[in-house]
Amino acid sequence: MAFLEVDDIHTYYGNIEALKGVSLKVEEGEIVTLIGSNGAGKSTTLRSISGLTPIRTGAIRFEGQDISKTAPQKIVALGISQSPEGRKCFQRMTVRENLDLGAYLRSDKPGIAEDMDRIFDLFPRLKEREKQKAGTMSGGEQQMLAIGRALMSKPRLLLLDEPSMGIAPILVDRIYETVVEINKQGMTILLVEQNANYALGVSNRGYVLETGAVALSDASENLRTNPDVQKAYLGT
Amino acid sequence: MAAADPSVTAPSAPARKRRGLALPSGGLPKNVNRALVVAALVFAVVLPLFFDPSSGFINDCVLALAYVVMALGLNVVVGFAGLLDLGYVAFYAVGAYSVGWFASTFYSDADFHVGVTSFVEQLPGVHLNFFIVVFLAMFLCALAGMLIGLPTLRLRGDYIAIVTLAFGEIIYRFAVNGDEIHLFGKNYPLTAGQQGIGPLDKPKLPFMKEPLSALQLRPWYWIALGMVVIALLAVVAVRDSRLGRAWIAIREDEIAAASMGVPLVKTKLLAYAMGAALGGMAGSFLGFFATTVNANSFKFSFSIFVLSMIILGGLGSIWGVVLGAVALTFINYSLIPDVLNGVPGKIGLDFQLDQLSFGIFGFLLVIGMVLKPEGLLPERRRKIELTEGIGADEALEAPRT
Repeated sequence: MAFLEVDDIHTYYGNIEALKGVSLKVEEGEIVTLIGSNGAGKSTTLRSISGLTPIRTGAIRFEGQDISKTAPQKIVALGISQSPEGRKCFQRMTVRENLDLGAYLRSDKPGIAEDMDRIFDLFPRLKEREKQKAGTMSGGEQQMLAIGRALMSKPRLLLLDEPSMGIAPILVDRIYETVVEINKQGMTILLVEQNANYALGVSNRGYVLETGAVALSDASENLRTNPDVQKAYLGT
Repeated sequence: MAAADPSVTAPSAPARKRRGLALPSGGLPKNVNRALVVAALVFAVVLPLFFDPSSGFINDCVLALAYVVMALGLNVVVGFAGLLDLGYVAFYAVGAYSVGWFASTFYSDADFHVGVTSFVEQLPGVHLNFFIVVFLAMFLCALAGMLIGLPTLRLRGDYIAIVTLAFGEIIYRFAVNGDEIHLFGKNYPLTAGQQGIGPLDKPKLPFMKEPLSALQLRPWYWIALGMVVIALLAVVAVRDSRLGRAWIAIREDEIAAASMGVPLVKTKLLAYAMGAALGGMAGSFLGFFATTVNANSFKFSFSIFVLSMIILGGLGSIWGVVLGAVALTFINYSLIPDVLNGVPGKIGLDFQLDQLSFGIFGFLLVIGMVLKPEGLLPERRRKIELTEGIGADEALEAPRT
């Protein structure tokens, strides 16, 4: 039984079939990445797992339990948390208020405080900006906040959607270092990324999505050396 | 957008601070603030003692207080949760009709009395105690609020406004034609249409010998003030709670809120329910105060009237909403019809000023939006939104390292 198992899911936006039978597996402790071009269905796959855009057919199982009909807040409660595409920080809330909202479903105050400190250790920049409005921070800082906020729900599976989007390269490096660090502490991560160089550099395995279906899946190392992938996604 | 320098961030208050009923002036120390709130309350309590108990001023004060409760309710939906509700008149209607249904001789075939004076006990019809009617009105309105909210759950922004606008209009049509709607038999019409239901029972308070009358307005005033205090405490408590944070999160970004585990359906419906319940509380009070329920009171313009109050005062800001409600009530019920009404006639124009009421409100709103777009006493967050335009281009912001 895989930790997360996505089994032949079809997701629609109205009449448009965005996912045409995506299947993938994530094992505990892994970093798995989904790469692909714009519109391939990467974000839709994450949104389907989170329950934000419910699937029409197929199944999503988390630790063997079918969550494909489960409400988003229950999925968060089960231990899957998402840092959404475009970061979507609450712009007019402070960094701390954003993190507090990440812990919306929790009531263990000491545990929340502890996790808050842990996130400030991971992203010292957030500690410096604790009382600053999220909307006044740079894209990279907001991305750190979005990841920190997702961690505040104490997930066991972290979904990251395009953490490098629109961010200065030096900050992308910082963010990816932290992603690896979080993974080392035991977090399983499913990473969606257009920047395949970064994604394949840190992940164990990868799936290549093309027009709503999995075109290829392999160990990240092999994908990096695969001539087709290199040509299409690595720009070499 | 102009990159804001992080070093000039406003010195924000300690994290997780409960703002309570603090006045929005910000800089004042806590004790001063508290003293100001207490002083304002004391002033409000003793105010009617300085005026004739049947004076027009006290009458307008009573209306103003009821409208404060209305506006606080609408502010929960529009200001806190960001759901633009243009059909708020629905709850005024349901609240006022609750009085017609449960505290008058309207259903004269029925004979049901609970907690009323011996005089009223001899009357036919359904007659419930004032407080029971108010609670019933709140309950019915909360239900109606959720019903109206349900179809808007998947909608955003402008579309919510259109659907709620339609609901407000539907309720008005029901009120007008309700004399021909018989849900529980021939002698139980839904409303009395434009004829109106009346007279309504006069509320009697437990510690008073006589029921309230139109000649002695002080008790009305104090009841309304009590409602305002209850509404204020409730709204403040909820705003500072988990639910309040969830509303603000939804207002800021629905998808992000859902990703954090905020249950969208429940959270939105609770906003509608709470807003509606406060509307019902004020609506039933206004019904009792007017002594009759007439379908013509429930027009769309009422929704706009209350919406103007919260926009003028400052969306989301509790004290702003209070100020907006009081100001617009006095402009509408005193300044325009009593003080300035003859002005156009005096300068040789052939109309009276109260024919222009809504033109005047519109003008005030435009002036307000130009001079102080965030409202008279703005809410902290909203102020940032309007002055810095944050959020329009979050993804494209130039990265700073």
